[in-house]
Amino acid sequence: MLSKTLLVSAYVLISYCTFGQGLKIGDKAPDFNLKSTEGKQVSLSAIQGNKGAIVVFTCNNCPFSIAYEDRIIALHKKFSSLGYPVIAINPNDAVKVPEESFKHMRKRAKEKSFPFVYLQDESQETAKAYGATRTPHVFIVQKDTDGSYILKYIGAIDNNTDDPDAADKKYVDNAVNELLLGNTVSLTNTKAIGCSIKWKKP
Amino acid sequence: MSTKLLKCLAFFLVINAVFIDKANCQEVKVAKIDELISMIEKNEDSLYVINFWATWCKPCVIELPCFYELNREQNKSAIRVLLVSLDFKRNLNSNLIPFLNKRGTGPETWLLDETDYDSWINRIDSTWTGSIPATIFINNRKGIRKFHEGEFDCTSLNEEISKLLNH
Repeated sequence: MLSKTLLVSAYVLISYCTFGQGLKIGDKAPDFNLKSTEGKQVSLSAIQGNKGAIVVFTCNNCPFSIAYEDRIIALHKKFSSLGYPVIAINPNDAVKVPEESFKHMRKRAKEKSFPFVYLQDESQETAKAYGATRTPHVFIVQKDTDGSYILKYIGAIDNNTDDPDAADKKYVDNAVNELLLGNTVSLTNTKAIGCSIKWKKP
Repeated sequence: MSTKLLKCLAFFLVINAVFIDKANCQEVKVAKIDELISMIEKNEDSLYVINFWATWCKPCVIELPCFYELNREQNKSAIRVLLVSLDFKRNLNSNLIPFLNKRGTGPETWLLDETDYDSWINRIDSTWTGSIPATIFINNRKGIRKFHEGEFDCTSLNEEISKLLNH
């Protein structure tokens, strides 16, 4: 009985800790069902004909997200036809930051003619499940033979936020190219400064 | 009016401008990561409170007065408050310095002139995911190294400080 209780506690503790740290490379990426700025519900499992996706947690208002907007558009234009579309997700609490509301998301998507879907994670559960902490924060997933998605890369887009021309390590570009060639991703985790996700008040 | 008088007036204005500027001007040291790390490593007796922030980061700006207060009220030999700005270097004179000048005398401020974030974030703390604000508390003699990713309110910051000072 005692050992059973211990086992259960250990399991709960491990699950809690794993959840707390978000996903690790090789984990199954949790599916989501979120509303796009075009008013459609979008989920990973419903995307047809793709090989994976570049999931980017981003937002309207963070200067670092704005600095990367054109690069995110370029990634989608380059890789969506090759099977890796960008899926942009805004996890910020619009109560805390009104500029992050759905209305402002629609406005931003229109202004910048986003070619990718821009989804609102209103409950913030998707951001929590992925372990996203900042914007922008990228998670590259690859579709497995059983239709599930496996996490292949977590981190930054490249190594120079301020100056795209000076970025000499294009992490996401390299990772997707490696996946397209059937190789494993050589650099799976990178870090970058970014805006903290604005979580709802507990 | 004589040119002499005009010259004198001009001189007076220049001198005044220089002094006023000096009085309100917060100095910012532009530093590389190695310099910050070696400063951290040299720490002995006092508690270093190092806050990573930027002028464009709203929660950072909200918590900033707590660090100003800490810097004003704490015994300088017990605590050293350092603000490390992650503003871009090209925004030093246009954003950071005017921002600091508006706030009057404050803690020592550095601008960390590093762009390749992945190359140094782990050197500050391996658990840091890169979001700001973030704060690290260090006292090498007492073996204190505590990292906090996220914002503080003044009460929780002060509680943390008293806990670490009594450590």
